Amino acid sequence: MKQAIGDFLVITKRQLLQMIRIPEVLIFATIQPAMFVLLFRYVFGGAINSGVSGGYVQLLMPGIFVQTVAFTLAATAVGLTADMQKGLIDRFRSLPIARSAVVIGRTVGDTLQNIVTLVVMGLVGFAVGWRPSSGPVKIFLAFLFLLAFGYSMSWIGILIGLSVREERVAQSLVFLTVFPLTFLSNAFAPTTGMPKILQYFAEWNPVSTMVAACRELFGTKNIFGATATSWPSQHPVAMSLIYMVLLVVVFAPISVRKYVKVSAK
Amino acid sequence: MKSIIAQGLVKTYRNGEVRALDGLDLDVEEGTVLGLLGPNGSGKTTTVRVLATLLTPDEGSASVGGVDVLKHPDQVRNMIGLSGQYAALDETLTGWDNLTMFGRLYHLSASATKARATELLEKFSLTEAARRPIKTYSGGMRRRLDLAASLIIKPKVLFLDEPTTGLDPRGRQEMWQVIDELVKGGVTLLLTTQYLEEADQLADSIAVIDAGKVIARGTSDELKNQVGGERLEITVDASHLTRAVELVKQVAGVEPIVDTGLRRISAPVNNGSNSLVQVLRLLDEAKIHPLDIGLKRPSLDDVFISLTGHVAEIEAEVFTGKKKRK
Repeated sequence: MKQAIGDFLVITKRQLLQMIRIPEVLIFATIQPAMFVLLFRYVFGGAINSGVSGGYVQLLMPGIFVQTVAFTLAATAVGLTADMQKGLIDRFRSLPIARSAVVIGRTVGDTLQNIVTLVVMGLVGFAVGWRPSSGPVKIFLAFLFLLAFGYSMSWIGILIGLSVREERVAQSLVFLTVFPLTFLSNAFAPTTGMPKILQYFAEWNPVSTMVAACRELFGTKNIFGATATSWPSQHPVAMSLIYMVLLVVVFAPISVRKYVKVSAK
Repeated sequence: MKSIIAQGLVKTYRNGEVRALDGLDLDVEEGTVLGLLGPNGSGKTTTVRVLATLLTPDEGSASVGGVDVLKHPDQVRNMIGLSGQYAALDETLTGWDNLTMFGRLYHLSASATKARATELLEKFSLTEAARRPIKTYSGGMRRRLDLAASLIIKPKVLFLDEPTTGLDPRGRQEMWQVIDELVKGGVTLLLTTQYLEEADQLADSIAVIDAGKVIARGTSDELKNQVGGERLEITVDASHLTRAVELVKQVAGVEPIVDTGLRRISAPVNNGSNSLVQVLRLLDEAKIHPLDIGLKRPSLDDVFISLTGHVAEIEAEVFTGKKKRK
């Protein structure tokens, strides 16, 4: 067990080293969400009547945070596919290390990168008027929550990364799954404008419960549509926790088993 | 003692349509080098993957260093080194980062890892490049670092899967030197290659593999003898070709093979040097000066063609072509 932890720390360290060796990747990974903050704040901000004190940016920031951490799984999937193509996964599998070390190391490494991204986004948000009002403890909790969500989502990335042969395929697959999830949600606009049936989907969507949970933790009032009385809307924090546990419980064992059996050819 | 044993390995893909391994048997004596020689798709890599615990065969058994590969893969992983067809390294990290990472994953202590990484970088002439990212390395440097990574624990058994494929002649020469030194250190090595000359240079014995089976086994000399004895080869001016053919026929006692384009005459001979002297004297009397004359033993190319019925690889032919012409 002690050895297994050592193994996964070595793999995590590898990813942090990558961050240092090619800082461009992290810089671009940070610029993109920062750009999203600015675009949504100034393009949609005027058009959407948020009805929230402090303006649209209060609703927007939790949405962008969640979208960004959800997309962590893109880095996870693409990185893993690249490792497979290069034969690095084969080499890892020929080493006397814990079978779960490589995949756990990657999910943790990607989560650590998220810390940097979230800090930068928070600062940009603050600069354009985002003012969380719930106090330091809850704000800190909200960020922890975001990291945990990113972590649990990255297990889907592991499975995608181990299942495809080409980086570009991994990339497309991630966009096809995560993009609809983040837009069929309350992240950027209240669900009240959607057709009824989409409202139901949108409010049970884990991205929505996460966004709602973060708004609650940041001290912003949530706006719900048809499903205002539903359990996920009433208890977004609890529902999000359930989703995270489910994601890890379902995807982690499948991914580890896949890793053990995977072969490059 | 046998360091590597494989018995009746079978591995099929696509519901049995493709038989990558078709009852492969193999053994390697401790401290020796076996060259597994075969064309692309013959099952070389699949064999290595099974022995290195990466792939479970459908049938058969295998042991490495006396340990059953299928029952105790973790014990096997603790004593093998594997260097694959492509340099399996983290390209964004430096050579040093890569070596220390693998050292730690083999559970060496931090200080032992550093000492070993320093030693290996020195040995493979990579000390200067140690702090540069791998992506700035040449093909030859990548392969050497890849090999270094597989030697971190001083493995008892080493698998090298086509270690020089894709390298330029210089890179290939450097790699050969490195492998040669390694072998002197007493490691048991299974080397796959599609270059016939490579097997000839590096391996103590050679197993020729085709369609997932070993079809011949022996030292390079034994395999060559299996194909036939020496041949006399002469190249002359076009104007003397007809006359020279007659003379060669006189000595060899059989109809020689003539390549008109290359103006080359070749015929099998029994007592090589004697025949050579005889032909030279006859040519001299006829006032014909050969442009090139020599006795040629069959190359592994010839062995390969006669065993499998097809040429190994076009690339391999070009590559060995240089050396034959001496």
